Amino acid sequence: MDDTAYNLPIVRHFMYSALFWLAAGLLAGLWLSFEMFEPALNLTPWLSFGRLRVVHTNLLTFGFSLSAIFSTAYYMLQRLNRTILPFPRLARAHLYLFNTTILLAAVSLLAGMNTSKEYAELEWPIDLLVLGFWTMYAVNAFAILFRRREQQLYISLWYLISMTVTIPLLYIVNNLEVPVTLLKSYSMYAGTADADVQWWYGHNTIGFIYTMPILAMFYYFLPRSTGLPIYSHRLSIISFWSLIFAYLWTGAHHLMLTPLPEWIQTVAIAFSIFLIAPSWGVVINGYYTFGGRWDLLRSNYLAKFFMFGISFYGLQTLQGPLQGLRTLNAYFHYTDWVIGHVHMGTMGWVTMIISGSFYYMIPKLTGRELYSIRLADIHFWLILAGQLILTMVMWAGGILQGGMLKSINSDGSLTWSFLDTLAALFPYYQLRFAAGVIYFAGILLFTWNIIRSVSTTPERVRK
Amino acid sequence: MNIYSKPAALAFLSALVILVGTTVTMFIPLFLPSTHPVSRYVRPYTSVELEGRDIYIREGCNNCHTQMVRPLISEVLRYGEYSKGEEYAWDRPFLWGSRRIGPDLIRVGGKYPDSWHYRHLQRPRSVSRLSIMPPFGWLASNTLDTSSTFRKTVIQGFGYTRRQVSLQIRDATARVTDPAYSSKATRDQLTPVDLENRLTEMDALVAYLQKLGRDVKSMEATR
Repeated sequence: MDDTAYNLPIVRHFMYSALFWLAAGLLAGLWLSFEMFEPALNLTPWLSFGRLRVVHTNLLTFGFSLSAIFSTAYYMLQRLNRTILPFPRLARAHLYLFNTTILLAAVSLLAGMNTSKEYAELEWPIDLLVLGFWTMYAVNAFAILFRRREQQLYISLWYLISMTVTIPLLYIVNNLEVPVTLLKSYSMYAGTADADVQWWYGHNTIGFIYTMPILAMFYYFLPRSTGLPIYSHRLSIISFWSLIFAYLWTGAHHLMLTPLPEWIQTVAIAFSIFLIAPSWGVVINGYYTFGGRWDLLRSNYLAKFFMFGISFYGLQTLQGPLQGLRTLNAYFHYTDWVIGHVHMGTMGWVTMIISGSFYYMIPKLTGRELYSIRLADIHFWLILAGQLILTMVMWAGGILQGGMLKSINSDGSLTWSFLDTLAALFPYYQLRFAAGVIYFAGILLFTWNIIRSVSTTPERVRK
Repeated sequence: MNIYSKPAALAFLSALVILVGTTVTMFIPLFLPSTHPVSRYVRPYTSVELEGRDIYIREGCNNCHTQMVRPLISEVLRYGEYSKGEEYAWDRPFLWGSRRIGPDLIRVGGKYPDSWHYRHLQRPRSVSRLSIMPPFGWLASNTLDTSSTFRKTVIQGFGYTRRQVSLQIRDATARVTDPAYSSKATRDQLTPVDLENRLTEMDALVAYLQKLGRDVKSMEATR
């Protein structure tokens, strides 16, 4: 099939959306990280930490990651099925509705309209918009799948399909709420039950946004970028089914040592440990696909994004289950350790894979080489350094904080006041801010590189 | 032909697969008494406390403060009695939190006088050296909006009548505007003159903070 027939503008526009929300979300993050050692930055109610923090998480989880997922999904779905996007105008409406929704989300969160449930903070009218744009995407996705001209569904499509059906279920069940007014609602569930539903959602939404579709990208763009075929089809089958099966049992590892019934916590621990197997199934598949071609890290500028990305995924999926163990959880939960954990996943795994995927797609969108491979290399090293410093500083801070909070004198009294533990963390928070700046510089280069690649291409060549 | 060439079947099967864990760990527990523990000691919030709670939610306080004392020696020493499921029976949504940038708050009720909270919310560092909490003095310049308070209590299932709700609001107003109110001087200092006789968002937030964990404390007192 002729390459030029695919609908690629939709891919490009979602790519721009991703870069825009990424920059916006990171700016919010930088501001927040400064507030954590200089509270004078809480200048106005809408800049105060409690409101801005949810803007940071929502812009990056939904604004950035979802638009990157839609961009690459529209690309992969068309290519892997050798089918042109059936409803281009619906996809365009999807783009507009999506960006409007994210904008409304940011504005409403800044205004304090916030349900308080993590990653489900948006009030009910915006929830309806989210379901609206998801449906628009799903219609096109399944229409492509049903009209496809390729018999077999490639691995990436399994992950995209499971994401497409799971996200709405998670989103609807956790966001069931009774409206008080247009801008305020209360959760359907109370207390312990609400907590259980929330972390079933919280854990799995992160899984089905930060894991499944990113794995779809990994499985597609790694072989595409390097020309190396996936090592084991059987391993990808086993790891896919066991991953989506086990994932849904583990939400309660976010609720260790709470009044949630103990058996739910214990089941969550068991399945969390089990999850190491399918996660590492993918990691091993990735490493064996690479098969000792370490020279590619030098000669192929894309390879390192995928191989470092999958390595951070491997570390992430080891660290996560271990944190879920009761003894370790008692020490680390509620500290900065967890912030380090999350940021290895998002800044290491997710952003690395998305960066590599975007760079791979650019020549397909413009018909020309990337604007600057050298800039892409610098981008890689900056986000790697920023991420490593940030996560290690947060882990160190978390160990310190956990230890200080637990420390008890021989007479049975607490060694440190809460404020002592906070004061001890200020140097770590300052370093974390510096790491964030390094990372942000890398992302600016990324954005600049993509914009220049497209803008230096004449309109008629662009696809 | 296999499942990897049938997208509808693959979608259906993957939905089934994710529903197993969902059903066991989320759906079934929703109907178990163990996720809905109740106690006669734990009373619903008053209308004003509920409004204060909504301000706590609006300002995202739960992003920095947990409301969950775990059964660990260091936590019980620091905060008090560990949390029981019964205490959260009236919490919609729950506010357990996931991060302690500030200390846990589930035992803060009654720990300090109202005046401490007023001062602390206005300028956290005035009472808490090195605190990084944002200032919330501006809450005292906002009259508490009670236009949907009754509807809120109905949705929450508190069972108050319309009259009870307005009485609660009147009582709370009377309490903080009473010349004999022990924290009156501090309150008036940070409340604009024209709002001194009205209930502000700050008043409601302080009322909510003072309610946190009180039921457990009074239960212990009766033992």
